[in-house]
Amino acid sequence: MTTGTSLGTAVDSAVAVQQTAMAQALNRALRDSMAEDPSVHVLGEDVGTLGGVFRITDGLAAEFGDHRCTDTPLAEAGILGTAVGMAMYGLRPVVEMQFDAFAYPAFEQLISHVAKMRNRTRGAMPLPITVRVPYGGGIGGVEHHSDSSEAYYMATPGLHVVTPATVADAYGMLRQAIASDDPVVFLEPKRLYWGKDAWDPQDPAPVEPIGKAVVRRTGRSATLITYGPSLPVCLEAAEAARAEGWDLGVVDLRSLVPFDDETVCAEVRRTGRAVVVHESGGFGGPGGEIAARITERCFHHLEAPVLRVAGFDIPYPPPMAERHHLPGVDRILDAVGRLQWEAGD
Amino acid sequence: MTVMEQRDTYRPAPPPAWQPRTDPAPLLPDAEPYRVLGTPAADEAAAADPGLLRRLYAEVVRGRRYNAQATALTKQGRLAVYPSSTGQEACEVAAAMVLADQDWLFPSYRDTLAVVGRGVDPVEALTLLRGDRHTGYDPYAHRVAPLSTPLATQLPHAVGLAHAARLKGDDVVALAMIGDGGTSEGDFHEALNFAAVWRAPVVFLVQNNGFAISVPLAKQSAAPSLAHKAVGYGIPGRLVDGNDAVAVHQVLSEAVRHAREGNGPVLVEAITYRLDAHTNADDATRYRESSEVDAWRDHDPVLLLERELTARGVLDEDAIGAVREDAEAMAADLRARMNQDPEIDPMELFAHVYAEPTPQLLEQQAMLRAELEAEAHPQQEGTAR
Ligand SMILES: Cc1ncc(C[n+]2csc(CCOP(=O)(O)OP(=O)(O)O)c2C)c(N)n1
Repeated sequence: MTTGTSLGTAVDSAVAVQQTAMAQALNRALRDSMAEDPSVHVLGEDVGTLGGVFRITDGLAAEFGDHRCTDTPLAEAGILGTAVGMAMYGLRPVVEMQFDAFAYPAFEQLISHVAKMRNRTRGAMPLPITVRVPYGGGIGGVEHHSDSSEAYYMATPGLHVVTPATVADAYGMLRQAIASDDPVVFLEPKRLYWGKDAWDPQDPAPVEPIGKAVVRRTGRSATLITYGPSLPVCLEAAEAARAEGWDLGVVDLRSLVPFDDETVCAEVRRTGRAVVVHESGGFGGPGGEIAARITERCFHHLEAPVLRVAGFDIPYPPPMAERHHLPGVDRILDAVGRLQWEAGD
Repeated sequence: MTVMEQRDTYRPAPPPAWQPRTDPAPLLPDAEPYRVLGTPAADEAAAADPGLLRRLYAEVVRGRRYNAQATALTKQGRLAVYPSSTGQEACEVAAAMVLADQDWLFPSYRDTLAVVGRGVDPVEALTLLRGDRHTGYDPYAHRVAPLSTPLATQLPHAVGLAHAARLKGDDVVALAMIGDGGTSEGDFHEALNFAAVWRAPVVFLVQNNGFAISVPLAKQSAAPSLAHKAVGYGIPGRLVDGNDAVAVHQVLSEAVRHAREGNGPVLVEAITYRLDAHTNADDATRYRESSEVDAWRDHDPVLLLERELTARGVLDEDAIGAVREDAEAMAADLRARMNQDPEIDPMELFAHVYAEPTPQLLEQQAMLRAELEAEAHPQQEGTAR
């Protein structure tokens, strides 16, 4: 595979367009947002001089000044808590959490204030805060560097929870998140940071709004429903499935909250079979909610129970064992094989 | 040279010069809480601005009455819960009085008096505790953040807001209130640290009322005083008698001026005492002796001020009578308005979760609407099925 997020024909035909990594597109999105709106402030650990440990904020402090892209003291609750105050005063803070597991100290601020302030003040005090969280595994990180924390966020009303899987979405969705008047948890699949797509920073392709899922591949046999780091895996699985005679569709959710029941259900109704794929653990994970929603809405169209291919229900494993944990092509195809293809299965 | 030869001649180089990054001496709190009443400083205060002293008196009396009225309303079922600040009125009143119009107050659940002091309607200040709404007032109307229940979490908000205002070049000071127990929380530490590093114009007011529900300060902190905690962050710490309204007013005014002039944050510890139980639902006899409470009743903020001002002739019987009458009128109005049933619109439950309700919320709203319609017209239920 040449790129992390290669999406087939669109890429192949656009030879002239430059190859851009997701990390660059995210950087560009921050830069464009900051240039366009002086109320956008970036804050986090090492985001200034260093440009962030993943370099997503590279060059922002130099271009806009330390007061716009600020190296904060090392305290996640403090970062998010002060961002709340900044948003109260009319700024639009974009907070970088250094890694998924290091966002946990900020949970109280996120859940008790960021998610609820609009509601607590009956609309008087919305908090337009974007919390960027590099998440997920597959990068050989030692412990506490590979968590899939989306289920925690999803379970909190008041937050939008989104995750791009393509370079175009990384740019477009981050711009939308920053422009949103609601708080957005912006989950960045860190193993896709360096994956490149044909994408022109001078002329960024428009993307669907937050809240819309996108059908990345139409299929007739069954639908894979996924997001973020698992999208390329699902596309690869769909490709491999052709050899088995299956024509698999792939839905990229993009947004976990709000959830696009409409697009998901339209696809599942057509195929009658669905597998939800994510890295997050299966028990209490997003897949359970998604399977339940599909079952409630599409029961009479289903030929088989909705299956889940998820990370195991274990603490994220050490890097040398992570490949056994992460949902891969084979595990996805095995699940597709269990979708009761024979009458009486 | 061989390693062995080097060993004989090796002299360790002195490390790079070190010195403290800030002189800790001016940051240290005084050995004794600052007092005005009953000291020579009272002469000055009375001479400088007797009107201020009369206003302070009127406010603490109103505050005391408000606390009593709100507590009574819990007994009548009109308030779900009330964390009274009886005994702490001097701090509550002064915190609101020292702020300029454009400044911001960040209160905790115990600070309704300070909220009302900023100009928020007394009923709106109580909706959270009545239970009909979370925050009854528009925070922007009087620059008062919502009452914060998760301990210490409002402190970083104050820092962020003051920092943002400073970035915009606005003259805004934020005053954040917290109890002694709350100083053990991480957010207290993080807020002080951020404020110090950013030189944010924030005044942190710790009301040390002796207890965090049942837990006395001795189980909370081994610091020499809570004001001393400031020094570790490079912030000045100030100790004040929290029952001496004039002293609290002076110390907070000075702290606000310090912050406003760009010198960064200040931490003020006010030593006071919670005369009532933690809330109406608490039984304070389980963790403290009535003799201790009685001792503090002799150091009551209302009495202290009243005695001093009467002795000095700043207040007379008539003035005291007028203040009490005004407080009674306030209480009567509060009582009358709190005795009206608040209106609840169940559809509003879905209104302010997001800027636009999600499709899922719209479905749930429709479900509740249908339930309510069925409730209103029970006879139709059979046919609907
Ligand atoms: C994070 C958090 N933990 C626990 C509580 C429950 N609680 C409410 S008030 C309180 C005691 C706080 O004491 P203190 O900070 O001294 O303030 P006081 O109530 O005396 O004004 C506790 C434990 C809470 N509100 N928030």
